[in-house]
Amino acid sequence: MSKESSFVPKGLYPFKTKLIITLALIVVIGFYLLSSIKTESFIFHFFVKLPNVFGLISDFFPPDWSYINQVWPKLFETLHIAIIATTIAVIISIPFSLLTASNVTTNTWIYQAMRLFLNIIRTIPDIILAVVFVGLFGIGAFSGIIALIIFAVGILVKLMSEVIETIDMNQIEAIRASGGNGLQTISFAIVPQVLPQFISFSLYVFEINIRASLVLGLVGAGGIGQLLNTQINFMNYPAVSTIIIIVFAVVIVIDIISGKLREGLV
Amino acid sequence: MIEFNDVSLVYPNGTEGLKNIDLKINEGEFVVIVGLSGAGKSTFIRSINRLVTPTSGSLLVEDEDILKANGTDLRRLRTKIGMIFQSYNLVKRSTVLKNVISGRLGYTGTLTSILNIFSKEDKLLAYENLKRVNIEEKLYNRADELSGGQQQRVSIARVLTQKPKLILADEPVASLDPPTSHQVMKYLKQINREDKITTIVNLHFIDMAMEYADRIIGMRAGEVVFDGPVSDVTEQTFEEIYGRSIRDEDRRGGVEDE
Repeated sequence: MSKESSFVPKGLYPFKTKLIITLALIVVIGFYLLSSIKTESFIFHFFVKLPNVFGLISDFFPPDWSYINQVWPKLFETLHIAIIATTIAVIISIPFSLLTASNVTTNTWIYQAMRLFLNIIRTIPDIILAVVFVGLFGIGAFSGIIALIIFAVGILVKLMSEVIETIDMNQIEAIRASGGNGLQTISFAIVPQVLPQFISFSLYVFEINIRASLVLGLVGAGGIGQLLNTQINFMNYPAVSTIIIIVFAVVIVIDIISGKLREGLV
Repeated sequence: MIEFNDVSLVYPNGTEGLKNIDLKINEGEFVVIVGLSGAGKSTFIRSINRLVTPTSGSLLVEDEDILKANGTDLRRLRTKIGMIFQSYNLVKRSTVLKNVISGRLGYTGTLTSILNIFSKEDKLLAYENLKRVNIEEKLYNRADELSGGQQQRVSIARVLTQKPKLILADEPVASLDPPTSHQVMKYLKQINREDKITTIVNLHFIDMAMEYADRIIGMRAGEVVFDGPVSDVTEQTFEEIYGRSIRDEDRRGGVEDE
C-alpha cells in the first residue's frame, strides 16, 4: 500500500456542490415560511380544521334528489353553450390557423402580427373573458358563449397551426405545379393532411369548453355554473351536491365518448 | 417549344444554380438531363414551371416568357406543364381518383373544385388516364395504400389529366427498383410518342438515359457541358459530363419486367 492511497474522500459530492444545495434549501424554506406568515395560512390548519370539514361535508348529504328536475334545463344550457361556442370557434379558427402557420403564410408581417394577436388572446384566462363579457352583454348564456369562443379559438389555432407547420410540402408543390391557385392548394393538399387532427382537436376543445362553461357560470355567464353559484349562496347544500354529482357524471360520459371518437381518428 | 435565352439562377446564399443556359427544346422531343447530384438538373427542370425563379435571362414556354408571368398567367402556363416528382408527391390521404382529377384544378373554378364538383368529361378523362397506366382498379384506394411504382403511375395519370403540352420529370425513378423504373420510363416514352408531348426527364443513370432519350443534355456545376442526340453519346461522353470514370452506381441495370 502506498501512502497516496491513504486519502479518504470526505463525502460523495464536492464541498462546493453541498454548499450550493444547502443555501438553496435555506432560501426555499425561507420563502415558504415568509409566504405562510404573510398569508396566515399554515398547512397544519388542514388538520386543526378537519372537524369543520367533516361537519360541512355532512351538510351535503343526503343529496336532494327532488332538486334534479331543476338541474336538467341548466345542464342542457351548459351543453348548448359548449356546442355553439365550439362550432363557431372551429369555423373561425380555420383561416386563423392558416394565417399563423409559417409555411402557408410566407409574408412575415402578417404571420408575426397574427402570432402576436393570438398570443395575447391566449394569455387572457377564460374567467376574465367571462367577467368582461358579462359586463358588456349582461348576465346569461350569450356572454358565456362569446367568452368561450375566444378562449377556444386561442387553443385551437395554437394546436392547428403547429400541425399545419409539420405537413409534407411536396404534396403542396405538386398541386401548385399543376396550376392550382391558393384556395385549391389549401383544399386539395393541406386539408386532407390535417383533417383527422383538426377533428380530434375540435372534440378536445369541446371537452374543455364543457368544463370551462361550468366555471364561467359562477360569474354569471349562464349554464349550470350559475345555478350552482345561486344554491351555494343560499347554503342549500343538498341541492349543491345533486348538481355536483350530475355534472361529474355528465363530464365523465362526454370525455369517454369524445376520447373514443378521437382514438378512432388518429 | 422551350427556349432558354441566357438563363442564370443565383440562390440567395450565393450558389449558382444555373449559368448562362442557352438552348432550345423542340416539340415532341424526349430529352434526358444527366449530371451528378448538385449539377443543376433539378434547378433546370424546376425553372421551366417556375417552381424556382431564374434571376436573369428569358425562358420561353409556348412562346410566352414564364419568367415574366405571375398570378393568373403563371397558373395558366403551369396547366400546360405537367410535373412528375421523385417522391411522387401524391396527396397521400386522398383517393387515387381525387389525386388524378386534381390535374384539372387549373381549368376548374375555385368554388366548384373546393366542393369537389367536376364535370362528367373531367371524371371520364381522369378514369381514362388511370386506364392508360393500368391502375384503374385502384380508383378509390387511398394513395398511400399503393406501392411506389403504382404511386408514380398515378402521378403520371394526374399529369396526363392536365392535358399538358410538356411533361417534366424530376428523377422519376430514383426511389424505385430496377424493373419498376423501366416500367415507369416506358409509360413516359409511350406517352411522349403517342401524344407528341415534349418530355424532359432528369436522370443520373446512364444506361436508362441511353435507352429512352432522343437527346441528352449533360450538366455540371450549373452549366450545360454536353448537348446532342443520343446517337452521339458514348460512355466517354458521360465520363466527360461527370468529370470522373463511370461506376456501377451510375447504372440502374435490370431488365424490363411487364
